Amino acid sequence: MTSQLGHFSLIFSIFFSIFIIFQSLNFFFSKKIIFKSSLLSLIFLQLFFVIVSFLSLLTAFLYSDFSNVTVYNNSHTSKPLFYKISGVWGNHEGSLLLWLLVLTLFLFIFVLSSKKVENKYKLLTIVFQEIIIFGFLIFIVFTSNPFEYLYPTPNEGLGLNPILQDPALAIHPPILYLGYVGSSLIFSSSLSAIINNGVNPEWAKHIKSWVFTSWIFLTLGIMVGSIWAYYELGWGGFWFWDPVENVSLMPWFCLTALLHSIVVLEKRNFLKKWTIILSIATFALSMSGTFLVRSGILNSIHTFANDPSRGLFILIFLFLLIIMAVTILFLNYKSEETRPNNFILLSKETAVLINNWFMMFFLSVVLIGTVYPIFLEVLTNEKISVGAPFYQKLMVPFLIPFLIFMSFGPRLRWIKNNFNKLNFKLIFIFIVTSLISYIIVKYSGVRYLFSTLLISSSFFLLFNTLVDLFKKTVQFPQKISHFAFSVLILSILINGIFSKEFNSNMKVGDELKFMNKTIIFKSINFEEEKNYKLLKGNFEIIESGKRSLNFIPEIRIYNQPVVSTSEADIKTTLFNDNFIVFTLLKEDEIFNVRYQYKPFMIWIWISILALTFGGILAVIKK
Amino acid sequence: MFGKKVKLRITFLLLSFISLILIVFLIIKSLEENVVYFKSPTEINDLSELTKKKVRIGGMVKKDSLEVKAEEINFIITDFKNEIRVSYSGIIPNLFEEEKGVVAEGFIKDRNFFIAKKILAKHDENYMPPEVKRALENK
Repeated sequence: MTSQLGHFSLIFSIFFSIFIIFQSLNFFFSKKIIFKSSLLSLIFLQLFFVIVSFLSLLTAFLYSDFSNVTVYNNSHTSKPLFYKISGVWGNHEGSLLLWLLVLTLFLFIFVLSSKKVENKYKLLTIVFQEIIIFGFLIFIVFTSNPFEYLYPTPNEGLGLNPILQDPALAIHPPILYLGYVGSSLIFSSSLSAIINNGVNPEWAKHIKSWVFTSWIFLTLGIMVGSIWAYYELGWGGFWFWDPVENVSLMPWFCLTALLHSIVVLEKRNFLKKWTIILSIATFALSMSGTFLVRSGILNSIHTFANDPSRGLFILIFLFLLIIMAVTILFLNYKSEETRPNNFILLSKETAVLINNWFMMFFLSVVLIGTVYPIFLEVLTNEKISVGAPFYQKLMVPFLIPFLIFMSFGPRLRWIKNNFNKLNFKLIFIFIVTSLISYIIVKYSGVRYLFSTLLISSSFFLLFNTLVDLFKKTVQFPQKISHFAFSVLILSILINGIFSKEFNSNMKVGDELKFMNKTIIFKSINFEEEKNYKLLKGNFEIIESGKRSLNFIPEIRIYNQPVVSTSEADIKTTLFNDNFIVFTLLKEDEIFNVRYQYKPFMIWIWISILALTFGGILAVIKK
Repeated sequence: MFGKKVKLRITFLLLSFISLILIVFLIIKSLEENVVYFKSPTEINDLSELTKKKVRIGGMVKKDSLEVKAEEINFIITDFKNEIRVSYSGIIPNLFEEEKGVVAEGFIKDRNFFIAKKILAKHDENYMPPEVKRALENK
């Protein structure tokens, strides 16, 4: 019943899309370019119907209505309420509906919040956004309808993949999508701005808050996914350079570049074309992210069973959008890019450009590493994967100059900078940095030149951003974000270099010595929860001279579907994480146990939060 | 011969061109070095020359083949045409089970012995490496 309501609401929304596009164009081509509130009402109605449709899917999940195929495939009566809700977007159909919901919601907010902008610009933005919405609606209704009917109605559903039954992964898709979809609005608005010949500081100022908002959500979304991978997958890492992870990182690089270049456009009225290209690229990458994850093309460890035929539709749709965007860019762009006469090499503009180049380099490395295997498979039928060494090898050498540039860049002024003041402090910082790096390298046995240089340059950045924190010449949100970024790089680095792990197959009662520690497998308890059985291991780690640590990791064996997952037990302090996870082996007696020592782990999360906090401040400050 | 501005521009273009070529060269070079090929047991059996590089093997864990020791586990990966013995010590993902799909990364010792350095988890219990799926369908 609710399913039919949802389905019809979607179909209604398609008609609304067509009508809104028609109406906006009508207004746009009328003599006096007007914006009538009727258009706003139409957009609101469309949003309303999409919400209805989303709610009806939600209701179907809440009441475990197994006459709905999506619910049947992804839910179960014994599933906790929270995961019944998150189950709505824990699958292909539902997650697309969520995309659509955010698309329409953002358009509505955009129209509401941009009262002061020119009508022609607003109207065309609506048109482009509606074209995207229309495409998604068609895609959902014809290839991935979440409201498909199942007869006879089964009594029980197949259940949600237990690895997804996790608080972090329940909120990961919505947050990430807010970032992805935010970029769609930037895309529409920049296309509209080109046609109206309105790529100017005013536009930059207007769209800046959307850029920042998308960036904040994208960053948070990636972080939440990363936290989940850290504790749920049990490998102790937080980034594996897996294709599915990479596709979220690519729009991030692009958006970060855009975040910087849009400020140049706002303040100095140049980098126009570049900013537009970045807006288009960010959206294209966001959409291909969704496409690649959902299509099953990627040879990823995160692959979920899925249907490749749907990918083709998104691919075609994406190509059409890109072709449209590029055509518009070439036809409408009057080459009036006025290079400011007072463009001088040593200025903030140059610093931003350098940032952008680096971002583009990182982006292309990730892009090639992710896409190359797909091409190779199509061309030669050879299956390959590109591992972490590839990315590390290419990124690390470039990260060093990037960090050094980042230490100077924010200090430079617009237009022209006088250099003499900087030197004294810099020399001091340089000396301190070298000392600290020397100590670390000496006592840690870092043997690679690159690691040494990387440590030095990240400390250099850390101290420089720290000094900047107390300066007035740099914007406050920027100070925070840049400082947080330097902490992030440093903690990733230290974490990477000093992490230790130990791994063995153990029985209850086993006692093993490793490094300077002893691990004891004390006991194991069986418990039962609503939708899973539970094995609780009891481990103790004894280190001479330190308090012993008790760990209670779990193995959960879910009823439906019958799958086991491991829940790591992590003891977090400000300086390190101690991490134990164990998994079932063939018999119930022997378990595969893994202990990990991860220094400065929590600082990775804290610094990312601080990074986004800077972004939030920037949005609020406006 | 040229004005100062033109000279500057030419230098700039030349520099960016050179760095572009360098970057492309760098990327392709490290791609060649760090690519891991994915093979099925049959493909390994058909290899004319055993590679020393790291590879991934995908297939199903053969029924009753799993053997657990303190330091390592041994099992057989099969694609229902050929099989290969695997020895592994390290963390074992939860979805690793007999008669389920598995992807192991490591080094080929000989045509039927493989030393794994990593076993990759899939998140989905219904997931099967595409080769295995094809092999099963052809049966």
